[in-house]
Amino acid sequence: MVDVTPHDESGVPPAEVPELELYHPKSWWTTYVFSQDAKTIAIQYSGTAIAIGFVALVLSWLMRLQLGFPGTFDFITPEAYYQFVTMHGMIMVIYLLTALFLGGFGNYLIPLMVGARDMVFPYINMLSYWIYLLAVLVLVVSFFAPGGPTGAGWTLYPPQAILSGTPGGQGAGIILMLVSLILFIIGFTMGGLNYVVTVIQGRTRGMTLMRLPLTVWGIFTATVMALLAFPALFVACVMMLFDRLLGTSFFMPALVDAGEQLSYGGGSPILFQHLFWFFGHPEVYIVALPAFGIVSDLISTHARKNIFGYRMMVWAIIIIGALSFVVWAHHMYVSGMHPWFGFFFATTTLIIAIPTAIKVYNWVLTLWRGDIHLRVPMLFALAFIVTFVNGGLTGLFLGNVVVDVPLSDTMFVVAHFHMVMGVAPILVIFGAIYHWYPKITGRMFHEGMAQFHFWVTFLGAYAIFFPMHYVGLVGVPRRYPEIGDTAFVPDSVQDLNAFITMAALIVGFAQIVFLFNIFWSLRHGREAGGNPWRATSLEWQTPTTPPPHGNWGDHVPVVYRWAYDYSVPGASQDFIAQNDPGTGIKAPRPA
Amino acid sequence: MSVILVFLLVVFGFSLWWLSQQRLLSKPWTEQGLAVDPSHRGEAAMPTAKIALGIFLAVVGALFALFASAYFMRMEYSDWQAPPVPSVIWANTAILVAASIALEIAARTARDGRIDISRVALAIAGAATLVFLAGQLVAWQQLSLAGHYLEVNPANGFFYLLTGMHGLHIIGGLIALGFTLVALSAQAPISGQLQLRVELCAMYWHFLLFVWLGLLVLLAGWAGDFIAICKQVLT
Amino acid sequence: MTVAIVLVLVALGSIVFHVLSPWWWTPIASNWGYIDQTLIVTFWITGVVFTAVVVFMAYCVFRFRHREGAKAAYEPESRKLELWLTGITAVGVAAMLAPGLIVWSQFVTVPDEATEIEVVAQQWQWNYRLPGEDGILGKSSNKLVSYDNPLGVDPDDVNGQDDVIVEADALHLPIDRPVKVLLRSIDVLHDFYVPEFRAKMDMVPGMVTHFWFTPTRTGEFEVLCAELCGVGHGYMRGAVFVDSEQDYQAWLASQQTFAEISGPVKIGAAGGGAAR
Repeated sequence: MVDVTPHDESGVPPAEVPELELYHPKSWWTTYVFSQDAKTIAIQYSGTAIAIGFVALVLSWLMRLQLGFPGTFDFITPEAYYQFVTMHGMIMVIYLLTALFLGGFGNYLIPLMVGARDMVFPYINMLSYWIYLLAVLVLVVSFFAPGGPTGAGWTLYPPQAILSGTPGGQGAGIILMLVSLILFIIGFTMGGLNYVVTVIQGRTRGMTLMRLPLTVWGIFTATVMALLAFPALFVACVMMLFDRLLGTSFFMPALVDAGEQLSYGGGSPILFQHLFWFFGHPEVYIVALPAFGIVSDLISTHARKNIFGYRMMVWAIIIIGALSFVVWAHHMYVSGMHPWFGFFFATTTLIIAIPTAIKVYNWVLTLWRGDIHLRVPMLFALAFIVTFVNGGLTGLFLGNVVVDVPLSDTMFVVAHFHMVMGVAPILVIFGAIYHWYPKITGRMFHEGMAQFHFWVTFLGAYAIFFPMHYVGLVGVPRRYPEIGDTAFVPDSVQDLNAFITMAALIVGFAQIVFLFNIFWSLRHGREAGGNPWRATSLEWQTPTTPPPHGNWGDHVPVVYRWAYDYSVPGASQDFIAQNDPGTGIKAPRPA
Repeated sequence: MSVILVFLLVVFGFSLWWLSQQRLLSKPWTEQGLAVDPSHRGEAAMPTAKIALGIFLAVVGALFALFASAYFMRMEYSDWQAPPVPSVIWANTAILVAASIALEIAARTARDGRIDISRVALAIAGAATLVFLAGQLVAWQQLSLAGHYLEVNPANGFFYLLTGMHGLHIIGGLIALGFTLVALSAQAPISGQLQLRVELCAMYWHFLLFVWLGLLVLLAGWAGDFIAICKQVLT
Repeated sequence: MTVAIVLVLVALGSIVFHVLSPWWWTPIASNWGYIDQTLIVTFWITGVVFTAVVVFMAYCVFRFRHREGAKAAYEPESRKLELWLTGITAVGVAAMLAPGLIVWSQFVTVPDEATEIEVVAQQWQWNYRLPGEDGILGKSSNKLVSYDNPLGVDPDDVNGQDDVIVEADALHLPIDRPVKVLLRSIDVLHDFYVPEFRAKMDMVPGMVTHFWFTPTRTGEFEVLCAELCGVGHGYMRGAVFVDSEQDYQAWLASQQTFAEISGPVKIGAAGGGAAR
């Protein structure tokens, strides 16, 4: 090993940043409610996201009940079905996954992992959460608005999104949806600035970028992408609000609605689709990159081995982040856009598979010759790899323009994106919650309940979405409340649908066990100690657990090594913490 | 989507330049000890707030680049007419330029510690910006008096939308500027923190002026002419 | 141990499910067999990769599970291995992309001899227009849509007078003749989707989109909408019959043209309407 301590320390940041003055809460309100501590904000973000996520879970049950047993439930009309579909999709993608990965894990882990006392702008960070909460409330209000929430599908395609043939199109539903999204974007921008600037400026002494855990790399890159991609959704929402409320024709062509000529004319629905997917595709990676980062750290820690090919992993994250801005129109192969675009976007889309595949190889190669502890977080990480590889590979069907033609808008697409950006990231979320639960609460979760939760969730989710591909292959379109009497669809598809519904109900109920475990272990879990997984990264080295406001007590940690010194030959233990000066160890260079 | 793609290219260029200084090719497992972090290099280190504002402006830039992209894409449809250009926006432009210059003076004098001049310049900039906003309202009024309502054609819609969106960002800036002015009036010897705040105001104003000039190019139809010429050259 | 077995079972189970599944695509009825073949190639490549990754993982979990006193190897990276893997992945991706792009270029190149027909979608039914004897579809616009003129055909365009209008009824197509399907919508987005033809495309109000294919099998095929278009989306069905040449001509003879539907009196009235 090379000692990189400089002789002249002028380039090293001071041990303590003098102007960093934390806001000291004076009352119960400012400690627990209007808190400026990133960790409290993280828990608020996560709690809100999981709460609204359970609403989305119930909506998915209702959808599945309708699909599995059509005609049995009278209250699930086609209108209601479309409202469930739309709200489920929107909540999961934006209000759960984005908020939980960036607002939740970003807030909790970034300051701790880079060795900062807090985010750089705690006040703005606090505002970010409260605006997010407002956005969620506006979304919830739309359920009770006259006409109900919008049923335009989460893509909100005009012209139908604001017309009478779609639930909520002429009512308040679509307006509240757009307003909620605009609020979300404003709130997110505030938080996002914090995450990015904290990584750039808030790192402690010795913490160079190449010493960051991959979790931070994933969240950092995803946040940069989100900051640049969300404006596209913002523009689309504002322009659609103008069309809906003020009668402009940005997206609205001349058309006949319910037998009547409307006054719109000349606009282009395709324009909306470009704006939407310019946000929508990076959004997939905004969810995926934090998951990539977290899963790398889970695997490395529990396999007691450094992540294989750290540099390649970092480069792959950056390359995926950049490339994801030039693939958006692969969602629009059959939208009627100029067919020549198909060549370009199919090529970029399949190229992005290469850095993604490298990440997968490096995860499994980290397992090779490791010392694998099959603890619950590791189980979730392994399950992530299975579902992500599965979902990623079916993406190669849909990204390859001509193969997409028969499959687009069928249940194959639904199965694909649920596997790759539903199941896979959510498995990471669970793994991450179990992994950091001891740090957040100071106690261990209940192992048995967690194991039960894992097996039901992993196998159940696979049983839901793997067969669903074949429903799509038969040709069943998505967003149909029932298949009905369709000549080319064999009756057995209905049996398969009923099976999928049963699996969905079971998986859903298993989440209650998870929730119960989280609360039960708060009180009854055994004391975890500061570093139960014997991990290297800084968040496990806090002087007290759970870390208090300000994280580090009197001295912020100083970093002497990268985040993956596991099983270093010659070391006395199988891990060396990042803030361990440990001068005597000589590691051999790899052959 | 060409405008936003060009914009992103610039942002990516910046990011790459920054990343290139971060030793991304180094092998971190071979190194041990207090490594030098290039982004903290001594005196030259940029204040955190300035970096944050820079990133925020990149987000605002992306927003307006996307609006411009939408504008160009909408322009290609057959019902497009050139947007009306109320004469008052030329005067407004001059006023916004003046506000930007005043802020530059405020920032420079604040750096030199000449707080009295800085204070006056900041106040002038604020007042000029208020006049600019009033002028934009006059522009809206002129348009609607001439029958150019929002919904009549998409160009009108874009005019109201883009000027409105720009105006909202100006209002946000004015709030920050107001607080800075109050702080500047209360303090006799100017602190480094306050100097920075004035500087940030100037930075924000310059950027919004730049955005406004970009919008002007769109709304005055020059961008359309430019594209037409390009197309002619290509065909 | 359990974990390794379950992982292997997941991989094997997926393959068994795939092989034994009675759920497969509908028998093709158009010239787009190449699409199916590209899909098969993709299935093979991705199937091999999926199985390899999962089984490798299962092996690692079994072989390198924690045992007392065990210690993991120390191996930060391997340039050579990573380059090899990148190269192999690139080859696999190219093997899927290349045929895909070749077939796509066929898909977007409409043959000159293709006859044009028009599908006009509305909430929630399918209408069709055939070019009539002159072989040319008349002009149309959503602004002209009215009760008497449901497809918005321009009454002043001579080419439109002999256009055959099929309103909310089945479409018939002659076998083995390439057709260019022009797609129009008078209200919202729809998507003309016949699973047996493999091809599909959205219809966008204000635009005319298209795709082409050659029907290769006679019979009745169901038309579905594949783009969420409002509450009736799931019930927006129609039918296409692929006929022998004889049957097709017989059907065509029984259809009404635009002029016949409008009637001599109404043409004048509609023309006046357009002038107004």
